[in-house]
Amino acid sequence: MSEFVFLYRSTDAASRAAMGSPEQMQKSMQTWMAWMKQLADKGHIKDRGHPLERAGKLVKGNKRTITDGPYAEAKDIVGGYTLIEAKDLAQAVELSMGCPILEGGGVVEVRPVLKTGM
Amino acid sequence: MELHEHLFRREAGRIVATLTRIFGVENLALAEDVTQDAFCRALEVWPFRGVPDNPSAWLMATAKHRAVDVLRRERTARTLAPELGRLLESDEKLAPAVEELFRTDAIKDDQLRMMFSCCHPRLPETAQVALMLHILCGFSVDEVAGAFVSTRAAIEKRLSRAKQTFAGSERLFEIADAPDFAARLPAVHRALYLLFNEGYHGASPESAVRVELCREALRLAALLFEHPLGATPATYALSALMCLLAARLPARLDAAGNLSALADQDRSRWDPELMAEGQLLLDRSATGPELTEYHVEAAIAAVHASAACVEDTNWAQIVSLYDTLMTIRPSPVVALNRAIAVAQREGPDRGLEEIGAIADRDRLATYPFYYAALGELELRRGRGETAREHFRAARALARNSMERQFLEQRVEACAGGD
Repeated sequence: MSEFVFLYRSTDAASRAAMGSPEQMQKSMQTWMAWMKQLADKGHIKDRGHPLERAGKLVKGNKRTITDGPYAEAKDIVGGYTLIEAKDLAQAVELSMGCPILEGGGVVEVRPVLKTGM
Repeated sequence: MELHEHLFRREAGRIVATLTRIFGVENLALAEDVTQDAFCRALEVWPFRGVPDNPSAWLMATAKHRAVDVLRRERTARTLAPELGRLLESDEKLAPAVEELFRTDAIKDDQLRMMFSCCHPRLPETAQVALMLHILCGFSVDEVAGAFVSTRAAIEKRLSRAKQTFAGSERLFEIADAPDFAARLPAVHRALYLLFNEGYHGASPESAVRVELCREALRLAALLFEHPLGATPATYALSALMCLLAARLPARLDAAGNLSALADQDRSRWDPELMAEGQLLLDRSATGPELTEYHVEAAIAAVHASAACVEDTNWAQIVSLYDTLMTIRPSPVVALNRAIAVAQREGPDRGLEEIGAIADRDRLATYPFYYAALGELELRRGRGETAREHFRAARALARNSMERQFLEQRVEACAGGD
């Protein structure tokens, strides 16, 4: 088994558009919970991870310039991450296919955790 | 933890009602935005952290935090509820003031306040119902349009006009004022009954939508009788009526999904819990001198509920109840239903006689079930050909596909002819 990080990316506009009416939001929520549960039941979740605030600061370069961000220039923002266990990258990608963020035009970035000591 | 069905919809109504009290009626849109923000927050957080133990409290608390932010930011830029003015003078006072405004007992009455505010006398009844569904029941414009089988554009127009009137009303309806409360209560009853009827008789082809509308009407009526001023005999009678009718919903459609007439319904599918609750509420309504149309209609529904089949129905009692209803709220439709009950007791000839004697009978000329009633009675007299003509006339007037299908079957039932 190898570890992967799912980074959930979406634009502010896309995630708002996916919200809609209370009933639609409830449906989105149920889809998320069901997807997470299904991954957990199959033993693929190492760490559910955390949601991230959209607003924060960007500290940049050796001058350490501080700007508000990342929302100003970023096309899509990481809204959260999950640590996944899968056989290989192909399987991890397969697991990401059911992620509800994709329905709203969002992105799941699947990144293998670098293995050390090998 | 599983999400309660329609949790977000219900909470939307509750939170918008509370925020509108805090922000003031002219800031309804702001209240809706803040509510939406709280829901977005839930959507960001719950997938990772799981559904909290008390999702309603979580959403309300999140809305509260947002409200504090908004008040801090907007208190100079906007006109907020006038009674807030003093509390918003300084930052130090703000947070505890908002805390106070969100106290459980304070938010408990907000939905009621909103319900009464939606029934603004300057709004037509259809707009009152649409507004209630949208604000208090959390239905989106599309969902309201679906419930009323109307277009999105038409409902959007109706709602935006209604919201303008609402926002122009200066303040939310004050439910602590007993005379005002009593004066507007009949309009609230009427709107709830309309909402219920939209579900019960309405045109939506989706039975799930119809059941939801009936359920929402029952839920709002329960909020009403849980309040001391709202717990009137008329409120109990209305709730009783809605329970007794809602009990029949599972049998209103047959196995093929077609509308089933009261006489043909499989009464074993009537919901026993709702029937019992309806009966209990009807008993509670029987206090004081007031006799409303809801009392009488609920009593009629209770007679049906107590009969194991159509033949066992106490038609004499039903006729006499319709006589009473004709004195309280006379209408050609009530007279028609009375005539049908007479026919059950004394035969189709007498029924047709009664129908012939209805004053304002011409007002029934566009009502499909007027011709359907004529058709049934003629069919029972063995005049298949005449009956078929009536059912055809009824079918031509059908208001939706379910009615059309039902009446089509009645036309076909006359196929044997004379």
